[in-house]
Amino acid sequence: MHIGNYLSLVQQSEQQLSRAFSQVADHHGDEPDIYQVCQTLSDWSRQHTTELQPLVDRYRSDKSDEPERLSQTLFDKPRTGGLALLRDLHDLYLLATEVELCWVVLLQAARGLRDQELESRCETFDKTTKRQLTWLMTRIKQAAPQTLIVAD
Amino acid sequence: MMEQTRDSIADIWGDRTPHYGDWPVRVDQRVTTEPDHWVQSACVLCSNGCGLEIGVKDGCIVGVRGLDRDPVNHGRLGPKGLHGWEANHSPDRLTKPLIRRDGKLEEASWEEAMNLIVERSRDIIQKHTSLAMGFYTSGQLFLEEYYTLAVLGKAGLSTPHMDGNTRLCTATAAAALKQSFGTDGQPGSYIDLDTTETILHVGHNIASQHTVLWMRILDRLAGPNPPKLIVIDPRRTFTAEKAHIHLMPRVGTNVPVMNGLLNLVIESGQIDQSFIDAHTVGFDELKKTVANWTPERVEELTGVPASQLRAAAQLLATTSTLVSSALQGVYQSMQATAAAVQVNNLHLIRGLIGRPGCGIYQMNGQPTAQNTRETGADGDMPAFRNSGNPEHMNQLARIWNVDVRNIPHWSPPTHAMQIWRYAEQGSIKFLWINATNPAVSMPDLARVRQILQKEGLFVIVQDAFMTETARYADVVLPAAIWGEKTGCMTNVDRTVHLTQKAIEPPGEAKADLDIFVDYARRMDFRDKDGAPLIKWTTAEEAFAAWRECTRGRPCDYTGMTYEKLRRGGIQWPCNEEHPDGTSHLYTDGVFHTGADDCEAYGYDMTTGGAITPEEYKANDPKGRAIIWAADYEPPHEQPDQDYPLWLTTGRLVYHFHTRTKTGRSAALAKAAPDSFVQISDQDAQAYNIADGDLIEVESRRGRVLEPARIGDIEPGLVFIPFHFGYWDDPKRSRAANELTLTEWDPVSKQPHFKYAAVRIRKATEVDKDALVLDQAGQRVNAGSTTPKTTE
Repeated sequence: MHIGNYLSLVQQSEQQLSRAFSQVADHHGDEPDIYQVCQTLSDWSRQHTTELQPLVDRYRSDKSDEPERLSQTLFDKPRTGGLALLRDLHDLYLLATEVELCWVVLLQAARGLRDQELESRCETFDKTTKRQLTWLMTRIKQAAPQTLIVAD
Repeated sequence: MMEQTRDSIADIWGDRTPHYGDWPVRVDQRVTTEPDHWVQSACVLCSNGCGLEIGVKDGCIVGVRGLDRDPVNHGRLGPKGLHGWEANHSPDRLTKPLIRRDGKLEEASWEEAMNLIVERSRDIIQKHTSLAMGFYTSGQLFLEEYYTLAVLGKAGLSTPHMDGNTRLCTATAAAALKQSFGTDGQPGSYIDLDTTETILHVGHNIASQHTVLWMRILDRLAGPNPPKLIVIDPRRTFTAEKAHIHLMPRVGTNVPVMNGLLNLVIESGQIDQSFIDAHTVGFDELKKTVANWTPERVEELTGVPASQLRAAAQLLATTSTLVSSALQGVYQSMQATAAAVQVNNLHLIRGLIGRPGCGIYQMNGQPTAQNTRETGADGDMPAFRNSGNPEHMNQLARIWNVDVRNIPHWSPPTHAMQIWRYAEQGSIKFLWINATNPAVSMPDLARVRQILQKEGLFVIVQDAFMTETARYADVVLPAAIWGEKTGCMTNVDRTVHLTQKAIEPPGEAKADLDIFVDYARRMDFRDKDGAPLIKWTTAEEAFAAWRECTRGRPCDYTGMTYEKLRRGGIQWPCNEEHPDGTSHLYTDGVFHTGADDCEAYGYDMTTGGAITPEEYKANDPKGRAIIWAADYEPPHEQPDQDYPLWLTTGRLVYHFHTRTKTGRSAALAKAAPDSFVQISDQDAQAYNIADGDLIEVESRRGRVLEPARIGDIEPGLVFIPFHFGYWDDPKRSRAANELTLTEWDPVSKQPHFKYAAVRIRKATEVDKDALVLDQAGQRVNAGSTTPKTTE
């Protein structure tokens, strides 16, 4: 079984997403809404990481040797400024999509295994990730015209 | 000769006329001499919208009297209404346009001023597109003026950057109504107060803010069948003094208190399950969320004793009718929309909506805030249309005869805080401010002053006086005000009043409508057929155009005319079906939440993320009200070692907004001449401060010096009224918003004025001059090659 691989993948992705939200909060502190919401969303991902631990432990033995794989490096160095904000939100969206996709994959497996705990966790976490994506999309749509057309 | 029926300064609410069911008439009047004639109007000094008549003699206003037949006030007027009109004849009215030349504002002709504005508009649009154009309007113009502004901004310039200072004041009211019921608009009516069994005020010091509405409640309390009154407010206000139950929560904890109440009501089993099943969605989520808010947990977090919460919940669970109101204590605080929505939820789960005695007033602070929202001058789409609904946008394009792509609707409109941020960053290069005073009313004033002085930002201020903001303008346009122009205004309970021109404006001052029409003509805005986009010149013609725009929408005005409005206020919707207007919405339990009908698809309460049309349609509530649950989130700035106290701000009974008008009435200015800082006895002792001592209050953003007023407030909390700026006293730092935060509610985008961490100390030094010169806008703009000064 490869469920363990995916659980550690999603855990790493959530860690990365949490850090990325937190970085964006720090580096765009002049945008109060970005600052506040990104901190909140960072907390959500951090909470997922913690709550996921029992499942990661349970499926640890089911982990195959992992290829040097899908590790995300999108979020490298923090950027500041108008265009940078848009690009950071853009990258956050991609990171969050990675997490969202993991939930879908794991949910399928959970159903196949009839593992109710895994299924319910995936469903709950997926809802939170979708809320992160919804906010990111809203904010990206807001920032895009002004950034691409008028901003210096 | 001076004739007044009562001394409203000494006795704010006047004698009681006890009542139940039918509020007796009492005509309040104050004139300085016998008028030649009376002109029908309504008061514009709070959102109550009291009908009144303006007394005129020899072309001057000489007084006012309440309109006896008016459904809103039955003849009564408050101190602001009885005295505020004196501002019209203030000697320091602006009477000529001003243009900044070599750093100084100098008199100019209208031709020069408008040509300059048009030239700059064209230049900026050509170089940067109309996304570089921003408008920041008011809650004090008339409907016809806002609608004209909305059309010229949306279909003429095609800019999404248009908002009003209603964002600071009642954006949350609109957001909460949209989230719960699908569109803006109050479900109830003021007449509900005349019969209701129970009244709940949440963060609403109604006795100071809506004096005439409070008279109506006082008269019920003095009557044969008085209602029970519950007040939720951290201060012991005039309102709280009359309450049967006064809950004093810590700042920023409205959601836990409301959740605690909802939990107890649900636990009591007194909910209207059949109404919930037939007419709402989302109840199970609410039940699950509030179940965690036991009275003990609420007490621990909010400081409200569990026994008091239980007593309040007991009343709310058993009352057969309920009127609730919410205002800035909710709207300008943490989780603003979430808390306001819990008030709606209380009515929904008990089925107390859509019938007499059951009103929800998601209150407004400003008299015409409702019109800014209806017409789309605050960024919303006219007549509660949904920018995410292509059919709604096509309707607007048809009404205006323009290409739908010219109407910016690709994302939610830019809210005020974001408009100012774009100006700060330099992507908005043109900012037209009318009838408002952001240099005193916005949060974090040091930042606002910097933006106003920014090089590359062309600022137009259209106002009646040289306000703190106008000092920074590149062009100042002298505007006519109430009494000097005709137009309609809609109050909180959807009553539309016609307020008529009684006198000529001073000098060359012009009605805002005339200024907007002139701008549209000079900019040569045209429709698809080459005809002028703005097809009207008078207020009555603008009203007719607006009426057509509202046809079939929830705020249907098609049954109204100026002629009909001269007979008295009318509540929308007013159309063929309801020719006399409508006192209650949702009488059939059907709400405007259908996917084709709703004004917005809703927002995530925590993040503000917009629900997509597809998501909304997949769960179409189809006319059922939406119950939104919300859990507690702590305020973003909390007291700590460095800044150990909470600051909150609010209003005084004698003043309105930044005192632009009320500060110019002798009696009102004398009744409340200065700002102050209110602290508790305990804090006064701890800091060794006596009543009247000058205190320095400092936050991370700025500092002010205020005389102390001690008592009637919780320890740890500091209160400063927000009205005071610098125009009449540039010698002391005293604008409360020097201290407040640039943060806003994720859904309504309303700034958080009601909390900030501050420290205080007894002021001992007199090293304040440099600071004050800067704050009062009198210092030369250091470092700029073209300094902006006014002297």
